[in-house]
Amino acid sequence: MSALGALIRRDIRIALRVGGGALIGVLFFLTVVVLMPFALGPDLALLGRLGPAILWLGALLASLLTLDRLFMADHDDGSLDVILMSRTPLELACAAKALAHWLAAGVPLIVATPVLGMLLNLDGASTAAVALTLLAGTPALTFTGMIGAALAVTLQRGGLLLAVLVLPLSIPVLIFGVAASNAAIAGPLSFGTPFSILCALSLASLVIGPFAAAASLRHGLD
Amino acid sequence: MTLSDLANPTRFLSLTTRILPWLAGATAILLAIGLTQSVLAPDDYQQGATVKIMFIHVPNAWLSMFVWGVMSIASLGTLVWRHPLADVAAKAAAPIGAAFTFLALVTGSLWGRPMWGTYWEWDARLTSVLILFLMYLGLIALWRAVEDPSRAARAAAILTLVGAINIPIIKFSVDWWNTLHQPASVMKMGGPSLDRAFLIPLLVMAVAFSLLFVTLHLAAMRNEILRRRLRALQMLQASQRPALP
Amino acid sequence: MRLSGRGLRCVRGGREVFSGLEFHAAAGEALAVVGPNGAGKTSLLRLIAGLLAMDGGSIDLDGGDAELTLAEQAHYLGHRDAMKPALSVTENLTFWAEFLGGIPADPAECLAAVGLSHAALLPAAYLSAGQRRRLSIARLLAVRRPIWLLDEPTSALDAASQRIFAGLMTAHLAGGGLIVAATHAPLGIPARELRIGGES
Repeated sequence: MSALGALIRRDIRIALRVGGGALIGVLFFLTVVVLMPFALGPDLALLGRLGPAILWLGALLASLLTLDRLFMADHDDGSLDVILMSRTPLELACAAKALAHWLAAGVPLIVATPVLGMLLNLDGASTAAVALTLLAGTPALTFTGMIGAALAVTLQRGGLLLAVLVLPLSIPVLIFGVAASNAAIAGPLSFGTPFSILCALSLASLVIGPFAAAASLRHGLD
Repeated sequence: MTLSDLANPTRFLSLTTRILPWLAGATAILLAIGLTQSVLAPDDYQQGATVKIMFIHVPNAWLSMFVWGVMSIASLGTLVWRHPLADVAAKAAAPIGAAFTFLALVTGSLWGRPMWGTYWEWDARLTSVLILFLMYLGLIALWRAVEDPSRAARAAAILTLVGAINIPIIKFSVDWWNTLHQPASVMKMGGPSLDRAFLIPLLVMAVAFSLLFVTLHLAAMRNEILRRRLRALQMLQASQRPALP
Repeated sequence: MRLSGRGLRCVRGGREVFSGLEFHAAAGEALAVVGPNGAGKTSLLRLIAGLLAMDGGSIDLDGGDAELTLAEQAHYLGHRDAMKPALSVTENLTFWAEFLGGIPADPAECLAAVGLSHAALLPAAYLSAGQRRRLSIARLLAVRRPIWLLDEPTSALDAASQRIFAGLMTAHLAGGGLIVAATHAPLGIPARELRIGGES
């Protein structure tokens, strides 16, 4: 356990230091959301209606783009070799890295949501609903994105390939995340149903992600 | 005292040690006068007391652009004249500029609240300020992305100058985009036709905030110089040959 | 404790690097793997470390900890030093000591042993190539593992550091450890030679 704690602490520390990417994700989120009204027009009623969808798309892209270096950095400097040889199961080490990434890059997105909600003319209750669905849904994005990040290491390619691999996998999360937010804001659907499915998706990805990532790292040894 | 004297970081440090207290004092006095005058200024017949947000908002908005100008000149100093303090000045200015821009955004949104009924409206002026804020944040992220400040300096200088060329284009585009959707901007400010009762406190506040910027900027530059010295000392320490065990 | 491999075959990118390779090393013994570039010295070490899939043959460890795999009882010192430039020297070392578990040593002593005490609190980014190398050697000391797999360990080290490192290796062997090192240059300690890939 202390090994996993050490890994989580190290990854968060690196993300917050100079050269770390934790806050760039939030900045990207902010920029994507600010761009939307220029394409859609500044009609506040329209923005309010599309707000949850815009916030979810922004969070999806932001959490995906920061995942790029999740394993690549450790691979490039040889840390991954040492992690593979440790007594900690690789699945747990992968889960710890993803958790650290979510804490450093995912949680700031949720914290930024109220500000962005204001820009998109969402009222307090709607913003809270979107933030709650992001809180439940972003772990799923990180833990499924992790699979793509592990594949990117073994293929020695990152960036766009990762996006192409992972975006289709995140469609269910997007569907139920936006559906739950909209249900909370406008109805007529109940909030509970899509939100429960969203939580289920997150829980499932907490299990599937680490195993798939570890398998991909093990088979991609070189 | 010439520019080349100022180029020497040690002389810069000793000079600023002497003038910073005076600058800080002058800033405090002017801010006190400006704030008093702002409070005493009459209410607007339409906007009531909310018009007084203007005395904070306008200086911040003006500084948000002015600081980018300062950074642009510093960037030229980095790229063209290779002035040793230029990138220190550019780096130190970015967070201060971002802070002024943020204050301009917050006060603008508070000012708009009674008129719009919401805290945020995609008004042409405010939207431009928001984009400027994003550009500041991007610039700060660029400075933070690279550990070696001299390597980050040239990249940041190019980005700053590109930004300086782009900001008017962005401003124009946003204005055009905005008029496309709504004919008149809600926030109107008469330039020279502003009443004397408002104009004088506004000018005092503008000068006070400019002085505040100069004070903060010089202090931040000192910090940056000291930070770089610390870094150089640490690298020196790292390269020491240790006593063999 | 005895480490042995028989009939080892390694294929990289469709090319057979070596086949039918046999080796053995016992506790207290250093095995120096020598051979020309591309003979598969690094591949052999990574096979032993479990970082490369085997294409044939077997590697056995007799007399180790039965609860642990071979890789979990081995340290691998590769070309890349597994240190994060953004973290301080001590932070890097403490992290590996905590993460690898086992019986950790005092990080300060490990740094002193490789002559990095003066840089303990500095970011690893400020270290030179040789110092980074010494820091990764400190990782071998921070957590005790009986088998050391070293890939060109003396590269980037100056003469004084090589002597220090030879002393550390001698101490490791005296403590019942085992070393397999791929090398071009002499290790600085008595070692049995394993020549692979024909003439060099």
